[in-house]
Amino acid sequence: MLSRAFLYTHLAFKLAMALLAVAGSVVLLLALIRMIPGDPATVILGSRATPGAVAALNARIGLDKPLGWQTADFFMSLARGDLGADVFNGRPVSGLIVAALPNTMALAVSAMLIAVLSGVALALLSAKNPGGRGDRAIAFLSVGFISTPSFVVSVFLLMTLSVTLGWFPVLGAGRDGDFVDQLWHLALPTVALSVGWIGYVARLLRSSLLETLGENHIRTLNAYGVSQTKIFVKYALRPAILPTVAVLGMGFGELLGGAVFTEVIFNRPGLGSLIYDAIRTRNYPVVQGCVFVVVLLYVLTNLLADLLQTFLDPRERSRLIANSRGR
Amino acid sequence: MRFILDIARSPGGTFALVAVALVCLAALAAPLVAPHAPNAIAPVDRLLGPSLEHLFGTDHLGRDLLSRLVYGSRVALGIAFSVISISLTAGVALGVTAALSPRAVDLLIVGLFDVVTSFPSIVLALALVAVFGPGLGNVVLMVSIVFIPHFGRVARAQTLALRNSTFIEAEVVLGAERWRIILHHVIPNIIGPIFVLACMDIPVVITIEAGLSFLGLGVRPPLASWGNLLNDGYTYLDQSIWPALSSGLALMVATLGFSLLGETLRDTLDPKLRKAL
Repeated sequence: MLSRAFLYTHLAFKLAMALLAVAGSVVLLLALIRMIPGDPATVILGSRATPGAVAALNARIGLDKPLGWQTADFFMSLARGDLGADVFNGRPVSGLIVAALPNTMALAVSAMLIAVLSGVALALLSAKNPGGRGDRAIAFLSVGFISTPSFVVSVFLLMTLSVTLGWFPVLGAGRDGDFVDQLWHLALPTVALSVGWIGYVARLLRSSLLETLGENHIRTLNAYGVSQTKIFVKYALRPAILPTVAVLGMGFGELLGGAVFTEVIFNRPGLGSLIYDAIRTRNYPVVQGCVFVVVLLYVLTNLLADLLQTFLDPRERSRLIANSRGR
Repeated sequence: MRFILDIARSPGGTFALVAVALVCLAALAAPLVAPHAPNAIAPVDRLLGPSLEHLFGTDHLGRDLLSRLVYGSRVALGIAFSVISISLTAGVALGVTAALSPRAVDLLIVGLFDVVTSFPSIVLALALVAVFGPGLGNVVLMVSIVFIPHFGRVARAQTLALRNSTFIEAEVVLGAERWRIILHHVIPNIIGPIFVLACMDIPVVITIEAGLSFLGLGVRPPLASWGNLLNDGYTYLDQSIWPALSSGLALMVATLGFSLLGETLRDTLDPKLRKAL
């Protein structure tokens, strides 16, 4: 039995490592902004700004202090829920992010859902008859899906289904409060974003399914005459899906990154288009805040997937116990 | 030659070879292959469909799309190969150093890798470009930074596995110098999987470069990058589908070709790697 104290230590250790990575990325981010050729305030305000205005803006962004101070300041303000202010209109960055995040989350979560559902279906089809025509076709399709950039898929979907055929709305996120309209606007961006991950899930799951299907317990079930469908879904899929769960944690963060393209192309408000606009206008506090939130979500979903894998897989748990005794 | 035949045995491998050869040929012989000058503007011929004169049609400034695509392959491959060489060299150097150094140095290097990989790759590339600005040189440098941990981690793991093997111990006992062991014994033994990884990273680099250029944060126009072409096509989508279609297809063929080549290479060279990478 896994002792509760050990479990908590393990959890705390993982969480600490994740937060350390986030802290490291904040230092990197702040250091990067200092490296801007010239200085950020001059870049933002233009070369004709008065020295007073430049100094004031530098102080507002926190660039008049050493990097260590600035990092400490960043986390102190963060504890108060303050991520700095938009350089141009003074609006709090946290407010901008809170407004944008639900749109991006809806996009990423629905893309993940589609990726998992279609990926699992393709993997099951492919593992049913490995080496067969269907399997080879799905293998080729999966590589095609993985290697096609999401922005190409976005533009092609927009070109065929929206502009030429007119079946889907072209731009935007839909009217506020009209759920069906919003869902309708979500459809194409979701498909575009999920395509690569459909291929990923299908391939990864296929190979772990085949591995599981070769194991002794499956042979025994076959000998007992258990139906193929039951073996596939109940006894093979469950252990085989675990490695995929770990990759999905990473996938969610990558989806948040990929959302930049889909949101810009479909002109949807969200974290991605917020980052994009901030980069184009060199609105550094907004870039900093948004990138921080993306990194935080990325690291946390990775951690969650990692832990989920530990709790879902008895083998992982016993390895943990073995490790704890070895210490 | 036999090696190429081995790759061409599967349909995927054949497709990969043809696609990669096509893209490389276009890049190397661009001035010979391109029917027009890539930047020759002809406003009268704007947004034409395909014809004998312009096989893929023209863009919003009347420039020949096929010629721009051909020259775009130079940008795509040039950036991909530069990025891979820089990040492979730096990554292997850091990874081997980490594996053979005292624990503190190892932890520092691994910590740096962790920090860089705690950003989703495209977001890090965007953040770096936000700071240093767009442009060809910056894109190469920024994307290289994103890929260093990829190679560094594999190099470190491989070196760690090798560190205690008998033949390395024998070299140490014989009094071989450190750099000699690294250059003559460690690196030749770890480089195989790293080359396969490099091949598999090429399509990813092409995608990131095209993505940055698509957003207007990568290669600056009028230089023809597939990302720029796709962005032009996207802007004029309601008037002509040809610019978007042709540049999107070029990107798809190139990335699919290199991905399939990387996978076939991995399976042909060493089936054991199938799990490791």
